[in-house]
Amino acid sequence: MSMKLLVGLDGHGSGERALAHAKMLAEAVGSCELLVVYVIEWSPYSFQTAEENAERHKRREEEIGTATDRVVAPAVAALKDAGINASGIVRHGDVADTLNRIAADEKADQIIVGRSSDGSVADRIFGSTIVNLVMSAKVPVTVLS
Amino acid sequence: MKFLHRVFLTLGLMGITISPALAEEAMSIDAKVNAMFATATGPFVSLIFAPLPGTSFPWIVMWLVVAATVFTLYFGFVQFRFFRHAISLVKGDYSDPNDAGEVSHFQALATALSGTVGLGNIAGVAVAVGIGGPGATFWMILAGLLGMASKFTECTLGVKYRNEYADGTVSGGPMYYISKGFKEKGLPGGKVLAVLFSIFCILGALGGGNMFQANQAHAQISGIVGDYPGWITGLAFAAIVFAVIVGGMKSIARVTEKVVPFMGIMYVGAALIILLVNYDKIGWAFGQIFEGAFTGLGVAGGFVGALIQGFKRAAFSNEAGVGSAAIAHSAVKTKEPITEGFVSLLEPLIDTVIICTMTALVITISGQLMIDPVSGNYMLDGSHIATVGGNTGVALTSAAFGSGISWFPYVLAVAVVLFAFSTMISWSYYGLKSWTYLFGEGKTKELIFKIIFCVFVVIGAAASLGPVIDFSDAAIFAMAVVNIIGLYFLMGLVKQELVSYSARLKSGEIKKFTE
Repeated sequence: MSMKLLVGLDGHGSGERALAHAKMLAEAVGSCELLVVYVIEWSPYSFQTAEENAERHKRREEEIGTATDRVVAPAVAALKDAGINASGIVRHGDVADTLNRIAADEKADQIIVGRSSDGSVADRIFGSTIVNLVMSAKVPVTVLS
Repeated sequence: MKFLHRVFLTLGLMGITISPALAEEAMSIDAKVNAMFATATGPFVSLIFAPLPGTSFPWIVMWLVVAATVFTLYFGFVQFRFFRHAISLVKGDYSDPNDAGEVSHFQALATALSGTVGLGNIAGVAVAVGIGGPGATFWMILAGLLGMASKFTECTLGVKYRNEYADGTVSGGPMYYISKGFKEKGLPGGKVLAVLFSIFCILGALGGGNMFQANQAHAQISGIVGDYPGWITGLAFAAIVFAVIVGGMKSIARVTEKVVPFMGIMYVGAALIILLVNYDKIGWAFGQIFEGAFTGLGVAGGFVGALIQGFKRAAFSNEAGVGSAAIAHSAVKTKEPITEGFVSLLEPLIDTVIICTMTALVITISGQLMIDPVSGNYMLDGSHIATVGGNTGVALTSAAFGSGISWFPYVLAVAVVLFAFSTMISWSYYGLKSWTYLFGEGKTKELIFKIIFCVFVVIGAAASLGPVIDFSDAAIFAMAVVNIIGLYFLMGLVKQELVSYSARLKSGEIKKFTE
């Protein structure tokens, strides 16, 4: 049976741990595809100046470029070097919602993410991204501490 | 940068060196400049604000109201038929999740609103109600509802004919849709109208969008902390505006953009609290508004006086037909230009029908306007309605809110300053887009305009340049003359879009992305 695992990266250590875990699973399963996803936190309800709006499309492309070059592409390349079938996606949006949607669209069997240790006060009050993800996910979620 | 520092230093020193001994001389220079400016611009100002023959009704106000009525009828009351759809679009129901990260309908609307919600809603309404009585509110609401159709027309065209550059940035607005739309329809004169619009827009941006705002912000601050020279406020404001538009200090703009909507909500919230506390008077207040709309209840000019004030205030406040909003709305990401038109029609609703009406209701209910107990009519003080403490303009609004919530005038002062600042930032962009339309895009060319803009902030705060303010108001309305001529010729294109979009919406071809 072939599996598809979605790995959420955040450009920090926790994402790396998630990636390492996914790689281990993939190697154990054998026939496994890894989807490396980076979500740029973004809300359609934020406030911007007219000038920022005019340049938004350009900035978006730049943000996607940077995330791809620095985080996603190196991770995908490393996985491929290790003989694992991997591909990368960069999206804007709410992290939990976006990971869920991509998991559904791509028919992923599992979501693997890392939990960063420095939870802010806001996270504690409103619930962190990880909590939101776990609460709303339609597929199993593995959280690495 | 060194040059800029020197400019500001010089301006600062100019202010400091005006000692009391030189003040008289400086005043006379001021007076001379004013007089010269008034003579030079007087005919233009008189032309724009000229009354219709035999009335005291400025033709420009009629021009805006007639246009709004024409668009309302031509598009079959689009503001009511597509109201729910507009809300749905703002909520993002029709936005493709794969476009996340682009400018959303909500963001385009919020940006445009921060340019229009401002002093007009607070000070302007007080002027209208102070002269035209509560009845002015009725006409203001009517003009606001009609104005929704003007916004719809101009913002649809703004998106449809914007320029999209190779680097991914966009520029849009009346100058683009007039020149491109006229060319597409084979009509002559598009370029001339576009250039005229740009010139008026630059003047309007420096005047109403800048000097007037700086001036009023200074008046508010000095009203609370005591009188002090205006150039100090001017320099402080110019420094912040400079940091944002030249220095790229996006964080300051972002803070303002966040605080301004919050202030707007707080303002409406405070108004609602005052209305709730006085719930027994709400029926009476609406009675005053309806009765006054048709009888005037003794105000100068009777019901026509109320009508003029109401129409004028709505037009001044929501800028429907002026064309400024089309510049702000054109950055949205959408495959259907008309969707931004639907979204933009919410703007006059929020600005005029909700916020302005709240101000008017609070003033009416507060009892600040004095009523003759015998006749039931308003007592007059010259052409104004007599008020408790003789307040007019923003002071009247402040007193009205203060009678309900004693500490609110302080919040209001902060709100006025922030509204003024966000209006300046918005208009600096409108002016810049017109500037680059005339002179071409380029870092140096843009920098020149931005520096001029900052210098005018100081001038606006420092001097009481009555004629200059008159001129800038006239320039904003001159934008409407050019823009609406363009809209009349291009409204057929919007109609095509409307027919096609409605059909596809009905057939289910255009679907919601959310379940």
